[in-house]
Amino acid sequence: MLRPAERNAPSSPRFEPWTQPGNTPFIRVQGVSKAFGGEPAVTGANLDIYKGELFSLLGGSGCGKTTLLRLIAGFEVPDDGRILIDGIDMTGVPPYERPVNMVFQSYALFPHMSVERNIAFGLRQERMPRKEMNERVSQALDLLRLTPLSSRRPDQLSGGQRQRVALARALVKHPKVLLLDEPLAALDKKLRENTQFELVNIQERVGITFILVTHDQEEAMTMSTRIGIMNEGYIEQVGTPREIYEFPGTRFVADFIGAANMFGGVILRLDEQGAAIQAPDIETEVEVAHAGAGVAGMPVTVMVRPEKVRISKTAPKNQDTNRTEGTVVEIGYLGDMSIFHVRLDSGKVMQASQLNLHQDAEQKITWEDRVHLSWHPSNAVMLTL
Amino acid sequence: MKTNGLVARIQGKPDRWKERWGQRLVAAVPMGWLLVFFLAPFLFVLKIAFSESRLGIPPYQPLLEWVDGAVLQLQFNLANFGFFLEDPLYAAAYLSSLKMAAVSTLICLMIGYPMAYSITKVRQPWRNVLLMLVILPFWTSFLIRVYAWIGILKNEGLLNNFLMWVGVIDQPLPLLHSPFAVYVGIVYSYLPFMILPLYATLERMDLTLREAAQDLGCRPWEVMLKITLPLSLPGIIAGSMLVFIPAAGEFVIPDLLGGSNVLMIGKVLWNEFFLNRDWPLASAVAVVMLVLLLVPFMLFQHYQARQDEAEAR
Ligand SMILES: Nc1ncnc2c1ncn2[C@@H]1O[C@H](COP(=O)(O)OP(=O)(O)O)[C@@H](O)[C@H]1O
Ligand SMILES: [Mg+2]
Repeated sequence: MLRPAERNAPSSPRFEPWTQPGNTPFIRVQGVSKAFGGEPAVTGANLDIYKGELFSLLGGSGCGKTTLLRLIAGFEVPDDGRILIDGIDMTGVPPYERPVNMVFQSYALFPHMSVERNIAFGLRQERMPRKEMNERVSQALDLLRLTPLSSRRPDQLSGGQRQRVALARALVKHPKVLLLDEPLAALDKKLRENTQFELVNIQERVGITFILVTHDQEEAMTMSTRIGIMNEGYIEQVGTPREIYEFPGTRFVADFIGAANMFGGVILRLDEQGAAIQAPDIETEVEVAHAGAGVAGMPVTVMVRPEKVRISKTAPKNQDTNRTEGTVVEIGYLGDMSIFHVRLDSGKVMQASQLNLHQDAEQKITWEDRVHLSWHPSNAVMLTL
Repeated sequence: MKTNGLVARIQGKPDRWKERWGQRLVAAVPMGWLLVFFLAPFLFVLKIAFSESRLGIPPYQPLLEWVDGAVLQLQFNLANFGFFLEDPLYAAAYLSSLKMAAVSTLICLMIGYPMAYSITKVRQPWRNVLLMLVILPFWTSFLIRVYAWIGILKNEGLLNNFLMWVGVIDQPLPLLHSPFAVYVGIVYSYLPFMILPLYATLERMDLTLREAAQDLGCRPWEVMLKITLPLSLPGIIAGSMLVFIPAAGEFVIPDLLGGSNVLMIGKVLWNEFFLNRDWPLASAVAVVMLVLLLVPFMLFQHYQARQDEAEAR
């Protein structure tokens, strides 16, 4: 299951340049749109990415992640809007003159060159003096543990090795920004997890800003300083993994990241303390501490994560003011935790998860049991979109 | 398939025998074709090349002959291959054929590469339309198309008339019956054979490789030089072979467009066979030409094998 990890970011224990008002963003995407033959791929994208970040673009397949990355790299020309890198407007700047490098999803290693020549390619292009070039190349070979493979051809390498060559080839140029298009998608699960950590490690060591495209939410959650969630060409929300998970801004984000219980309802009251919402799925009114703007009578959605819902056979003696009852219809045993599907009297099925803290304990709650569900108002979010 | 074979060998599958014979049977079809339609005629030609010329039908002495009805006599006549030394005309004809074929191949490459490249850049369905246009000339007989060039290139032909009408020249240029006309004919006729294999390699090429090169700092022309061109080498070689080999042995084009001003081995061959009726000598000329053409072909094969080996690894 998802456990948003607090990330060890470069230099300071809490690396959050976006919170400091004086900071200027390193990469600014301003109102960028791109359509292919009338079909919009990216619509009105706005992004501010700061120096040293590992920023992820996360979304389902076909939502426009690659297109946005290619717009930053200069392979696509925006129909509208502009992109600034390090304060310079990139409009009209061809890819070969942009201070960015890309790691392609297919790696795009040159098949007619050895590993070493692939890595040196970009430096040769700069006409770098031989001595300095050799130094940089051997550094890169070293960093990515490729030295023993330096004379091999790409077709003599495994998937993971190719991925490292692609990374080395881009890093050796010391770009201001490294763009990575699903760099781990072609690796198997075990290797992918190891490489995630390695990638974060390398990023922290070289201090280059990374923009990572991925469709794997776990990958985005564990690696990123911040995540931009994309849906059908729009950027739905930008935030830290924690913000995105705990305080999703839209129904789409809540649904896309992790599991979520959602109920439709209307606002009864709204003030600084939160909102009271009439939700037909739950007989009593629901209190939500995290409510944004709204007026009484407005239709909204209440979202609460399964692990925030407490489940018990007797009425709970706690501060959770939101309560309901139902029957267990399904139990998912995941090892570290169990997920209970509970059908409420309204017919709505809610999920509640519980850690399995004791190894030899029989499940106290089982199928067809009548159970109480409860959650605190501060663990629920009101969504208006 | 390779691993299947290996697995079968390791496990000693009972149907190994069947599999092997099945494979042989499949291989036998093209082998049989080559045997009947290539090797057998070639052996005939080879036989004639080693026999002696005579008046009669057929116009050559059989290699094997019964002498006095008792002794089987083998007459192996190497004299036909002496033609090289006897008359410098032959060597000149070979050289001029190879030169004309080489120059034509180069011109085809220079015209064909940009054409093939731009076809890959065009969107469907226009790409298929352009490919159709490349192949379209084959719908008309080769001979008629070459004749058409006579109409264009002759003194009162289309081209001269046009140039005089524009006023660039006031005397018709002697275009026909010149090496120029032969080059035009060969390049025109064989260009599709250059374009098609080039198109096939360029179209298959991974587009992201070019983007990666740009990303690493290459201007478009550097991408062409460092990535596209080296990676399309197999297509360049295949196209060049397909133009060079038939062009070197070409008879119709030099005969119709070159007249007596152009010396090519195909014409010499024709003359020996049908004017001099010296079949053995003509066969010897043909055998030597085959050997000459085989050399570049084998180089190509060697290159291909190496390439495949590298890919298999
Ligand atoms: N070169 C292109 N031509 C036409 N349509 C494209 C092109 N590139 C992307 N698209 C379309 O734009 C949309 C977004 O694609 P993409 O950015 O590749 O999505 P993702 O990377 O998120 O899977 C898709 O519908 C895709 O079909
Ligand atoms: Mg993509």
